[in-house]
Amino acid sequence: MNLFAIFARIRYIRATLKMEALHEKKLKHLEEIANRLRQDVIEMVSRAGSGHIAGPLGLADIVAAFYFHVLNHNPKKPQWENRDRLVLSNGHVCPVFYAALARAGYFHVDELKTLRQINSRLQGHPHRGVLPGLETTSGPLGSGISQAIGMALAAKLDGKKHRIYCVTSDGEHQEGNTWEGIMFAGKNKLSNLTVVVDRNNIQIDGFTENIMPLEPFRQKYEAFNWHVLEIDGHNIEHFVDAVAEAKAIHEKPTVIIAHTIPGKGVDFMENDYLWHSKPFKSGEAETALKELRTLRGKIRSEHQ
Amino acid sequence: MVNPEAKLSPDVFDADKLQMMPTRDGYGAGLIIAGEKNKNVVVLCADLTESTRSEAFSKRYPERFFECGVAEQNMATIAAGLGVSGKIPFISSYATFSPGRNYEQIRTTIAYNDSNVKIAGHHAGISVGPDGATHQATEDIAIMRAIPNMKVIVPCDAIEAKKATVAAAKIWGPVYLRFQREKSPVFTTEKTPFTPGKAEIFWESRKPQVLIVGCGALLHNALLAARELDEKWDISSVVLNVHTIKPLDEEKIVALAKKTGAVVTVEEHQISGGLGGAVAETLSRRAPVPMEFVGMKNTFGESGLPPQLLEKYGMGVKDIIWATKKTIRKK
Ligand SMILES: Cc1ncc(C[n+]2csc(CCOP(=O)(O)OP(=O)(O)O)c2C)c(N)n1
Ligand SMILES: [Mg+2]
Repeated sequence: MNLFAIFARIRYIRATLKMEALHEKKLKHLEEIANRLRQDVIEMVSRAGSGHIAGPLGLADIVAAFYFHVLNHNPKKPQWENRDRLVLSNGHVCPVFYAALARAGYFHVDELKTLRQINSRLQGHPHRGVLPGLETTSGPLGSGISQAIGMALAAKLDGKKHRIYCVTSDGEHQEGNTWEGIMFAGKNKLSNLTVVVDRNNIQIDGFTENIMPLEPFRQKYEAFNWHVLEIDGHNIEHFVDAVAEAKAIHEKPTVIIAHTIPGKGVDFMENDYLWHSKPFKSGEAETALKELRTLRGKIRSEHQ
Repeated sequence: MVNPEAKLSPDVFDADKLQMMPTRDGYGAGLIIAGEKNKNVVVLCADLTESTRSEAFSKRYPERFFECGVAEQNMATIAAGLGVSGKIPFISSYATFSPGRNYEQIRTTIAYNDSNVKIAGHHAGISVGPDGATHQATEDIAIMRAIPNMKVIVPCDAIEAKKATVAAAKIWGPVYLRFQREKSPVFTTEKTPFTPGKAEIFWESRKPQVLIVGCGALLHNALLAARELDEKWDISSVVLNVHTIKPLDEEKIVALAKKTGAVVTVEEHQISGGLGGAVAETLSRRAPVPMEFVGMKNTFGESGLPPQLLEKYGMGVKDIIWATKKTIRKK
């Protein structure tokens, strides 16, 4: 281990100690929230009659961890100036974020029923300013990382300690703007910025590696001077560890490449790119909800 | 009454019989025809192959179809290169992204370069519906129209969309084609005249007091309004289909403005810079008459069902009627 690595290790241990340790009970709690969010997503999108599904289901574990463990935030004071910022770049996955914001207390869960309806604050793609807890408007892909960079620069200028997170998708890494931002953040050593990539391998027209290959993905970020971590995006413990490690890296921005399964939790949706967004046929939402409620039959079988 | 020369569908006012189809379907059909006729026609898409209806072409002519991934700026500039190399590229995405995101690439590498590229902007207008304002292009006509050397065509139904696509392949130089997501009435026929740059009278009653100029699927609302004005309010009008916003059919618009003395424009677009802007620029020079504008009034859209949105944002039949009465009162 070189000296730099030893210091990083010490900072990592300090950072983990600062964030509440993820004991067994809390972990189970977060997993339950993630399951609840998945059910919310199915209910919301099926009621709306349109909307995105696979991405939100795949991100549920990470989103639960963010709003119920990682973020330093106050749902009752969404504008609190020292809050951590979470910028959602791939805006189409907003159903799972809306569900998390409601469950975290930013607004009443009843409002989730209004997704995509006229006069609703829950727009088909997020609109900053109308709904508390949203840091930016998104939907058009590839502009989140740069906005997060702007917020990270502002925090540094103001000597603020809060952290900036950006959730982005793999498909967004086909946009030039994404790489312009990655280059800038690497140059400017924005260590207060952590990007989380939903590496679920799908986009609208098919699998990313068939549409426009992104691999070698890790090496691309490394070549732009980022600290790169790769995790199983459904392992909340690993995700929380990765966030803590990112806090300990002082020389570089960190990207957490979260390998996720699109449609996670619902058997007939998993790894099928067509579930990026498509209307439910009759019975499909109910089947999905049943599977989530019984955790694929696990709960019932345990009690049988 | 309906202009017989326009050869509109006999079901134009029969909501039950009228066929419904999105204009993007006409793009898909037109690409196949254009591709059959000319081997130089190539199609590019940015991860929206099905919803921009580029799919049929991609299956029929896979070697002439290029999937660009989510990269609209790259798609436009690749097309610019193809277009100066003897190809006739059609680039396909949602209008908010193309020509939205890649505006400067279009301006310089396509228009200023005079590259033979056709830009198909899909999901235009607020009738995109539940996806919300980020996906509802309401400024695209304005930004395309302002670029020198660009032509702008906004078809009113799927049949006209097909004709416009086929015609665009034959016109030299940059063309912007605007399509919509939502199903809308198919009220023209194969026999309806369509020549780029030439506006067509779809409705004319005796001694018309007002000219209603429209483009896109909302033109059907304009016809419904014209009929109601006639039957219920004894107001006679002309409805003009201005599918080509650039170059504008100035002669016809000026002549009809002089004849009627009042003008209403109807479009699913911001009232500044689009069809209304183009007509106002012409008439203020050549035939100043009172005008009213039906369209988005300097606001973004939102999520909702298409008919709800058209009503909330003032583009329904009753809004056209109201605007018509208002402009006549100003005479
Ligand atoms: C600039 C832009 N171009 C195109 C789109 C249309 N679009 C929406 S989602 C999407 C697929 C992107 O892939 P990814 O974010 O990885 O999707 P997921 O994994 O959630 O299915 C596309 C092309 C868009 N929203 N923005
Ligand atoms: Mg993806």
